[in-house]
Amino acid sequence: MALPTAGLGLKPQHYDEALRCTAPGLWWEVHPENYLADGGPRLAWLEAIRARHPVALHGVSLSLAADAPPDAAHLARLAALARRVEPVLVSEHLAWSTWRGQYLPDLLPFPRTHAALHRIAGNIARTQDVLQRPIAIENPTHYLHIDGHDWAETGFLAELVRRTGCGLLLDVNNVHVSANNLGFSAQAYLDAFPLHAVAEIHLAGHHADPVLGNALLIDSHDAPIAPAVWALYEQVIARTGPVPTLIERDDHLPAFSELLAERDQAHRALTAAQPEEAACG
Amino acid sequence: MRLTAFQDGFSAALLGHAPLAPWVSALEAQPGFAVYRNTVLKGCIDALQASYPTVCQLVGEDWFRAAAAAHVCAQPPRDGLLMEYGAAFAGFLAGFAPAAGLPYLPAVARLDRCWTECHLAADATAVGRAWLARQAPATLPLARLRPHPAARWAWCDEHPAYALWRSHREGLALPGSLDWSGDGALLTRPHAQVTWHPLPRAGVAFLNACAKSQTLEAAATQALAADPAADFAALMGTLLDAGALIPTMPAQAKESP
Repeated sequence: MALPTAGLGLKPQHYDEALRCTAPGLWWEVHPENYLADGGPRLAWLEAIRARHPVALHGVSLSLAADAPPDAAHLARLAALARRVEPVLVSEHLAWSTWRGQYLPDLLPFPRTHAALHRIAGNIARTQDVLQRPIAIENPTHYLHIDGHDWAETGFLAELVRRTGCGLLLDVNNVHVSANNLGFSAQAYLDAFPLHAVAEIHLAGHHADPVLGNALLIDSHDAPIAPAVWALYEQVIARTGPVPTLIERDDHLPAFSELLAERDQAHRALTAAQPEEAACG
Repeated sequence: MRLTAFQDGFSAALLGHAPLAPWVSALEAQPGFAVYRNTVLKGCIDALQASYPTVCQLVGEDWFRAAAAAHVCAQPPRDGLLMEYGAAFAGFLAGFAPAAGLPYLPAVARLDRCWTECHLAADATAVGRAWLARQAPATLPLARLRPHPAARWAWCDEHPAYALWRSHREGLALPGSLDWSGDGALLTRPHAQVTWHPLPRAGVAFLNACAKSQTLEAAATQALAADPAADFAALMGTLLDAGALIPTMPAQAKESP
C-alpha cells in the first residue's frame, strides 16, 4: 500500500466509487460517530474500504474542551471501533460540544485559560490512555472575540503537545477563516504554529455570510477550496514536507470526479514537497 | 472566568435561554454568535430529517423542519451519536398541535424509527426453513426462538400506517382503493440491507411472545388468540424467510442439574 498522501472524507453517496478508486496515495477519513453502530451495513462498508485504503477517524463529539471528562461510554465505543478499523490516525478538535448531558452539534469556543489548558490536557491524556495511541488535535474555526485568554491558540496547542504527547491536525481553511473573522494574520499564525507536531492537514471550502459578506466567513465545507487557502497550504508543506492531507466536503456534494480532481491537486503539491533525499530514491 | 461558568452561559444562550450575565449578552451581540446557533439547530434538524424521511415526504420539507425545530427545543440530543437521535420524535408528533389533522403521522414516524434501529442493530445469523425441518415434532413446541437483534415490528390499530409508509419508501403511488384500517409491519436485515414485509396481528403477538423468551407453543397460542383465523404455517414461513428469528442459547443448559 502506497504511503498516504491526499485523502477525502468518505461519503455514503460516493461509496461505490470510493471502493473502486485506485488513485495513488488515496486515503479516507470518517467521523466515527457515524459508525458507532452495533452492526449492520455501515460497519461493513467501512471495513470494505479499510481493506483497500488507509482510514482515519476524525471525531467531532468527544468534547475535549468541556470542563468535564470525556464520556466513558463514548470513549469505550470509540476504542472498540479503532480496534476494529485500525485507523492510521485518530483526531479530535480543540473545542467542546457536550455539556451537562446535552449535545450541541458544533465545535464551540472557550477562553484559553491556564485552568482550561490543565483540564484539556487531562482529557486528551485520558482519551489517549483508553485508545492506547496518541491522537491529533485540530485548530477550530473562530467566529467570536472572546475575553479572558491567557494563551494564544498556537502556544496553547504547543503546550498540549508538550504535556500529552498528542499530535496536531492543522486545518488551513480554519486558519484562513478565523484570521478573516477575528482580524489577525493567517501568516503570523502559521509562523507561530508548532508545525513539528502536525500529523495531518485539512483543507476545505468556505462561504461568505449571506448578510455580512466577507466580514464573516463560514467554515461550511460546501465549496471548492479557495485559492487563498491553497496558497497558505503550499507555504505550510514547503516547510513541513509532505503531511497526509484531507479534503473535507460535507454539503453540496459534487460528483466524485470533481472531489478527486481537488484531491489530485493536493497529491501533486505533496509530491512536489518531497524532501530532496526521498525524491532521489 | 472558570470554564464551567463559560460553558453554562454559552450553552444556555445557544439554546435560546435568556442571558444570565452581561458577558453572555455581549457574545450574543456579536454577529458570529448566530453561526453557532444556526449550526447547532441545523445539525439536529438534519439528523431528524435523515432519520424520518417518510414523515418528511408526507408533510413536505418546510413543515418537517419547523416541526423538527420544535422537537429539538423540547428534547435536544443527549450525545454525539446523532444517527440515533430522535427516538422520541413519534411521541412528540402525537402531541404536536399542528399535526392534529394528520393522525397517522406518529405511526408512520414509528416505522421510520424502526428502519433506523434495524439499520444500526447488531449482526446475527437468522434461522431459516431448514431449521424448522430439522426439529423433531415432539420437541418443537418447547423450542424457543428469539427475534433477530435487527428485527423490528409494529402494529397500528387505526390507520394503514405500513401501507402509507411503504408506498412512500418505495416511491409507489398509493393504492387507489386504500383500505383505511390498521396494519402491521416487520422490518428485518437478512443480509446487508433493511427489508420490510406486512405483518398480520397474529405475527405481532408471536414476535412479542418470542421477545419474552416464551416457547414456540406459547407464542403460537398468543398468535392464535390475537387472530383465531391466522394461518400459522404461512406466518412461520414469512418470519423465517424474512430472517426475523435467531436461536436461543442451547435449551439443554436449563435442564442440566
